[in-house]
Amino acid sequence: MSFINLSALWKIVVFGLLAGAGLPALFAAGMLSLSRGPKTQTAGADSEAVAGGSLAGTIIAAACFLVVLAAIGWGIYEVYRIGHPAPAK
Amino acid sequence: MGNDVVLGLVVVTALAFDFTNGFHDTGNAMATTIATGALRPRIAVALSGVLNLVGAFLSLAVAATIASGLVDTKLVTLTVVAAGLAGAIVWNLLTWFFGIPSSSSQALIGGVIGAMLAAAGSHAVKWHSLVAKVILPAVLAPVIAVLIAATGTWLLYRISRGLTSGGRNHGFRIGQIGSASMVSLAHGTNDAQKTMGVITLALIANGTLHAGATAPFWVVLTCALAISLGTYVGGWRVIRTLGKGLMKIESPQGMAAQSSSAAVILLSASFGYALSTTHVATGSIVGTGLGKKGTDIRWNVAGRTVSGWVLTLPAAGIVGAAAYGLASAVGGSAGVIVDLLVLVAISAVIYARSRASKVNHANVNDEWTGLVTPAESQPVAAA
Repeated sequence: MSFINLSALWKIVVFGLLAGAGLPALFAAGMLSLSRGPKTQTAGADSEAVAGGSLAGTIIAAACFLVVLAAIGWGIYEVYRIGHPAPAK
Repeated sequence: MGNDVVLGLVVVTALAFDFTNGFHDTGNAMATTIATGALRPRIAVALSGVLNLVGAFLSLAVAATIASGLVDTKLVTLTVVAAGLAGAIVWNLLTWFFGIPSSSSQALIGGVIGAMLAAAGSHAVKWHSLVAKVILPAVLAPVIAVLIAATGTWLLYRISRGLTSGGRNHGFRIGQIGSASMVSLAHGTNDAQKTMGVITLALIANGTLHAGATAPFWVVLTCALAISLGTYVGGWRVIRTLGKGLMKIESPQGMAAQSSSAAVILLSASFGYALSTTHVATGSIVGTGLGKKGTDIRWNVAGRTVSGWVLTLPAAGIVGAAAYGLASAVGGSAGVIVDLLVLVAISAVIYARSRASKVNHANVNDEWTGLVTPAESQPVAAA
């Protein structure tokens, strides 16, 4: 028996980076896309307005947010599946 | 039946530990959310409590309990479990009092191993598993969390450069609520199982369950409730250290830290590592400080935290061993009862001391002045 399971370690690092850093980055990209358009151009720096009003920007943003939500849902499902193994036949 | 009384006491003590596990760790999920104002403190702990409850039911793979993998189950007695829990609770309360985000899981493991060593000697402990499943992950997990959170933070600031600062904070606060919810869920899934495992171990030691049995439903339910209630009470001292003590946190950093924590905890749990959610959460917060240029990390607070981590296993172990020594000196069921009376007395003293320098939902976000207790709350000499 060895002390370190290297294959588990690299998987945790790679998937950790994808989920833990990639998903929030995608969320940020969605926000950036959402902010495209005239409304945020005229607003001041302190304005909390995020939506810019551009149609294409809004659609891309929605796609980003949906991917983030889907990934989270899939993650929760995986945890549930691993935690409730099917009874052996 | 003397044994049934003892068993009942051990179960209650285990639930008490689960409760301390909850309030000690509220900060893991919610500290940064509270610090940036994404959620008001009271709402944050309530949300985290509910999600811990849900999380506890999410995964029930507790048949291989944390304790049974580390000690020889055939040698475990109710007295060992009781003494181990006493060690874990005392250490959890002490670290909470000093606002140190230390690992509840490691306290539990330390306590049980200390009691086991005192009871049966070194051969009863599976040292290889201890190193491979507990100590190495404890060292690696915060390092991985630092890496992921730093990467995430760097990306978030880079991508969101084009946003107004108001819009950016608004958006990331929403993201923080989502990511903090995931950490709460992960915490319930990960940490509630540890107490379920210990109670199952006690039931096996008592002969109520056969070896290799899984946790009965009432164990799952009571553990879920205990950790959820503990989370809701909120360990404000630890929340303050994590949210205010380590550095001044902005909302993109909060979101990056929590996403990293949630990902590392859930991934490691699926590989069977019982790692500490606290180590991961603290590592993520330090990482998010490293990921943004110009963040002042208070390394003295981080250093104090890490020394707390190093001490946790041996310190909880020493208390666990002492508790076993006391119980076996008194002997039998009376020994366990004496142990638990001493435990209640020590807990009461620590709680009374904590009232003198209160940290709560109202002052948790006060300016950090180098101490866990905000300036106004420190006992002042009579003027």
